[in-house]
Amino acid sequence: MSLRVISTGLQTTIQDLGRHGSAHLGISGSGAADPFSLRSGNLLVGNPEGEAGLEMTLTGGEYQFEQDAIISLTGSYFLTGLGGKDLPFHERIHIKKGQIINIGHSQDGARCYLTVQGGFDIEPVLGSRSTHLMTGMGGFRGRALKKGDMIHFCAPSQDSAPKIIDNDLKIDRSILRITRGIQHDWFDQHVWDILQNNSFKVSHIFDRMGIRVEGETIKTSKNDQVLTEGIPVGAVQIPPNGQPIISFVDHQTTGGYPKIANVITADLCKLGQLRHQDEFRFDLVSMEEAETLRLDQESYFNGIRSSG
Amino acid sequence: MILDPDYIITSDNTILVRFGDGISEGQHHHVFSLTQHLIEDPIEEIINISPGYNSVLLRLNNETHTRNAIEMISNIVRTIPLKIDTEKRTVDIPVCYGKDHGPDMGRVMNHTGCTMSELVDRHTNGEYLVYFIGFSAGFPYIGGMDQTLETPRLSSPRKLVPPGSVGIAGKQTGIYPLPTPGGWNLIGRTPLSLFNVNDPGDGLIRMGDQVRFYPIDQEEFERSDQHS
Repeated sequence: MSLRVISTGLQTTIQDLGRHGSAHLGISGSGAADPFSLRSGNLLVGNPEGEAGLEMTLTGGEYQFEQDAIISLTGSYFLTGLGGKDLPFHERIHIKKGQIINIGHSQDGARCYLTVQGGFDIEPVLGSRSTHLMTGMGGFRGRALKKGDMIHFCAPSQDSAPKIIDNDLKIDRSILRITRGIQHDWFDQHVWDILQNNSFKVSHIFDRMGIRVEGETIKTSKNDQVLTEGIPVGAVQIPPNGQPIISFVDHQTTGGYPKIANVITADLCKLGQLRHQDEFRFDLVSMEEAETLRLDQESYFNGIRSSG
Repeated sequence: MILDPDYIITSDNTILVRFGDGISEGQHHHVFSLTQHLIEDPIEEIINISPGYNSVLLRLNNETHTRNAIEMISNIVRTIPLKIDTEKRTVDIPVCYGKDHGPDMGRVMNHTGCTMSELVDRHTNGEYLVYFIGFSAGFPYIGGMDQTLETPRLSSPRKLVPPGSVGIAGKQTGIYPLPTPGGWNLIGRTPLSLFNVNDPGDGLIRMGDQVRFYPIDQEEFERSDQHS
């Protein structure tokens, strides 16, 4: 059972929920840039949440199904077509053998996900099917998909139980909630005011390694250097030019820029939807609130998983 | 453990365990012992471990509370033995110094006032310790360089550094395993591959290893080149 790549978008890769347990080898977690949408997509077609899907960036591409398949599209709304009709997002879609789906430009954020019932048949590397482009590891031959690729998928398992998700799955990326970062006290209160009271803009560099942000200058008053240490995903790092770099899923595992703040786990999906020129604000929340929001997101998925 | 670390909640799902300030072999032994312990005897609440010079960043799974995690980790830290007497692996790294492989050799010579042969002597005479692997896959943070070789980073990083390049940045020396951007002064290149995509779990150099460099010529470089 397979899907033929007729044309690709800007960057389409296989991603699951990440390659954990290898940071001590210098290998970052990778995984879906918007894990919320990948998880939703898998539940819609009856897969375990962590199955691998196709992550498409800004434009999708054309794909022909060599067999009947049940798929879903989640994440940002991209222009789509199948035989002259639009494809619905956030629903199960039945595809017939030989049909070609066309996924065009995004009408919203940066990424959308295609999941298929049964999941893609990809050999895990270090416990994950995610593509890590920098090392050429995992996913489909360690790279983004190319015209002519044949990506196999598995037959659905017997206990596959597609879920219905009634909630609005649109992701609002205009506010990124943050907690104080490890070097938060390297920045004076007036710098924190600048961070909290201004909009920031996504620069043209917003890849899976990091999102470079433009706006008012953020400077540390401390004349010191951070000794190289581990970097969490979502860390708001401040390089000497004062323009923040938010570490993302394929980030370097360690680094030495001061980290003023960290995007909360429940909002990491928003980072995956940010695109060039998006404007957003940072909203500081307490660590307790951030944890509650993370645990709430888990219970939300638990609720769908255990629904009939 | 001898040192009592700080436990810092660095984000809503990460905890930094930090053994004091600065860089020392003593702190490294703590970092090494904790990292090794959590790799050999993993707990499901911790899904990623990023060691640094004096700290270990632990990423929790989505279901774990940071407060509970700190209690759990501090209990582990209290009970694990410090690994100082374990026999260190020594990895010998051949380096073809200068010319095309070391485009910043002239810059380092100017800055340090060394001739090229003095520079190669001092670089190969060092006893180096791999503090940790970080940044990108297989990148060793190596300490112990002769301090007379200290040279500041390039003011503007190169867009692409060839894999195997050996460089100097401030007090540190290191090797780039992958073709990545980089701002270190490149003084040579090893023909050995530090990261094998077909066996990504087993790098040539590991945390805690001792590293020694030895000079080779262009002919030998080409003979043993694993990059092409």
